[in-house]
Amino acid sequence: MALEVNNLKVEVDGNIVVKGVSFVIGDKDVVALMGPNGSGKSSLALALMGHPRYKIKSGSAVLDGVDITGISPEQRAKLGLFLSFQNPVDVPGLGVETFLRQAYNSVRGRMGVMDFHLLLKDRMSSIGVPGQFSSRDLRGFSGGERKRMELLQMSLLNPKIAILDEIDSGLDSGALKDVASELKKLSAGLLLITHYIRMLEFLRPDVVHVMKAGQIMRSGDFRLALRMDREGFG
Amino acid sequence: MKGLSRKIVREISDSKNEPLWMKDFRLRSLDVFMKTGFPRWGPDLSGIDFSRLSYYLSPGSGKSSSWDDVPAHIRKTFDKLGVPEAERRFLGGLGAQYESEMVYHSLKKEIEEKGVIFIDTDSALRDHSRLFRRFFSKIVPPSDNKFAALNSALWSGGSFVYVPEGVKVNVPLQAYFRINAQGIGQFERTLIVVGENASLNYIEGCTAPVYSSPSLHAGVVEVIALKGSTVRYTTIQNWSRNVYNLVTKRAHAYAGSVVEWVDGNLGSKVTMKYPSIYLKGKGSRADILSVSFSGKGQVQDLGGKVLHLAPGTSSRIISKSICQKGGSSCYRGLVYVRKGMAGSRSSMRCDSLLLDSVSKADAFPSLKVEEKDVELMHEATVGRVSEDALFYLMSRGLSQSEAVSLVVLGFISQFTRELPMEYAVELNRLIRLNIEGF
Repeated sequence: MALEVNNLKVEVDGNIVVKGVSFVIGDKDVVALMGPNGSGKSSLALALMGHPRYKIKSGSAVLDGVDITGISPEQRAKLGLFLSFQNPVDVPGLGVETFLRQAYNSVRGRMGVMDFHLLLKDRMSSIGVPGQFSSRDLRGFSGGERKRMELLQMSLLNPKIAILDEIDSGLDSGALKDVASELKKLSAGLLLITHYIRMLEFLRPDVVHVMKAGQIMRSGDFRLALRMDREGFG
Repeated sequence: MKGLSRKIVREISDSKNEPLWMKDFRLRSLDVFMKTGFPRWGPDLSGIDFSRLSYYLSPGSGKSSSWDDVPAHIRKTFDKLGVPEAERRFLGGLGAQYESEMVYHSLKKEIEEKGVIFIDTDSALRDHSRLFRRFFSKIVPPSDNKFAALNSALWSGGSFVYVPEGVKVNVPLQAYFRINAQGIGQFERTLIVVGENASLNYIEGCTAPVYSSPSLHAGVVEVIALKGSTVRYTTIQNWSRNVYNLVTKRAHAYAGSVVEWVDGNLGSKVTMKYPSIYLKGKGSRADILSVSFSGKGQVQDLGGKVLHLAPGTSSRIISKSICQKGGSSCYRGLVYVRKGMAGSRSSMRCDSLLLDSVSKADAFPSLKVEEKDVELMHEATVGRVSEDALFYLMSRGLSQSEAVSLVVLGFISQFTRELPMEYAVELNRLIRLNIEGF
């Protein structure tokens, strides 16, 4: 089992927002996490990646046999966990290629500047990221561009488990299809956090969980996602 | 030579066989120094003990005689930078031979053929006395401030550059080499004259920490940009942390000329430095770009001043400061537009980045405008490294100090981009070293 989450409780600014959640993501599983706004999905994602404000109060999260709840985000990344952010941050003045190379070197081992440049160009063209993006600063990208940049990072870092927090929001249907087909190529286990059925139609999750008020209320297969889409989360 | 008196000043002048006018100038400057009080604003300078300074170092004396005398934190920095032993000994103040002297000599020959003069200031006084006297101290008079007066009385070393009319010096002229070959003076005096339609890109300083046993560095830099000329003066300074670095830098810009100060400050205990540009000719332009990094026990009091004294002039001041571990920075900027100087434009921006809650940044921007037909902008920000930015970078496998470094390097990238590649790389490495262990 690649990632096993057991009875996880997460506190943010004094409030318990994830109230004992358990699930499993196998090596190449596609797991969907659906639910209304404020149900605790993003908090769960941030806590799993190790955001200092999202404190894990109890429970465990075991990645390939290692409990990651007590280690730094940097170490989690090195163990093969990836989070695609719902709102990636800007770092003004930081060159995209500089950042990506340093991330790559940290997670996957040192690669020469020129070799990395070629690898990056190759991944960018396959994901549909315009070539000039790598010479820009990490700022000022549009919503859709940011999602592609997140996907680019995932593709470079090649994680075992990727948590994708609304990677489908802000994408038109063409872009959505591109992103989905790129995700299929990667061999990671996926936790897809989404409100929408469209991405799930492309990726066909093995398991669907529905979260509400900090807990997983229902679990099922793809048919559950279809029903949620039809009937709403109520 | 310790203590400060007319006798000392005479001895300095005599030992260099200076002309009478210079000896007089020094003695008058000493009087000004004695009469002038400390600045009534700015950082605490009470730690300076004038009776304990070494005022004049004849070559070879006063430098550390053993590598072991160089402070440990400086030796450690050299180790981390991977600077070879010979260079380290040199930069540490041990006065070893340095191969860059060779580089300097070949460059010197090339530019001398175009009539460019690039020598130390003492030699300029001796070998180019008429030219020297015509421009010396015309921009910064001894009466300017206490430390300019002190420098005027005791100056020694520094660079003299003269670029004749119409000559473009394409390669950056690096005083780095020249200064390393001679040791940095405590009271260095630099004078740069760029002729009509000529251009100069001058770089000074070195990114390795400069160890100086005396605790005061009071330099004066004067730049004269004649009609239609372009001058860029770049400095990166990294004094050891026991040094009071009190520098007066000023330029006069004549019609259609462009003057740029690019000024980076990492070391010292206290630095006070406000490069200024007097726009004296129509359509002249000023650009001041500075970066400072203050760590534990350090005060960086910096800024920029532009005086618009002619119509149609423009200026831009950008200041970036970073503070950590209780360091503090203070920005003082002044833009003055004299009445009648229509069509002038100016923008002033100062940004501070605090890496923790015990550090401090202040900003005192000031605009004095007597003319209505002007375009002015100014902005000041104080920010912290955001938790979300750090988390984002760390989630991509970077350590906390690597993440902080990337945020900081991004913050000053506008500055770094203006530096020649090797300086930019060195500056980035130094900043990373400063942040390590954050």
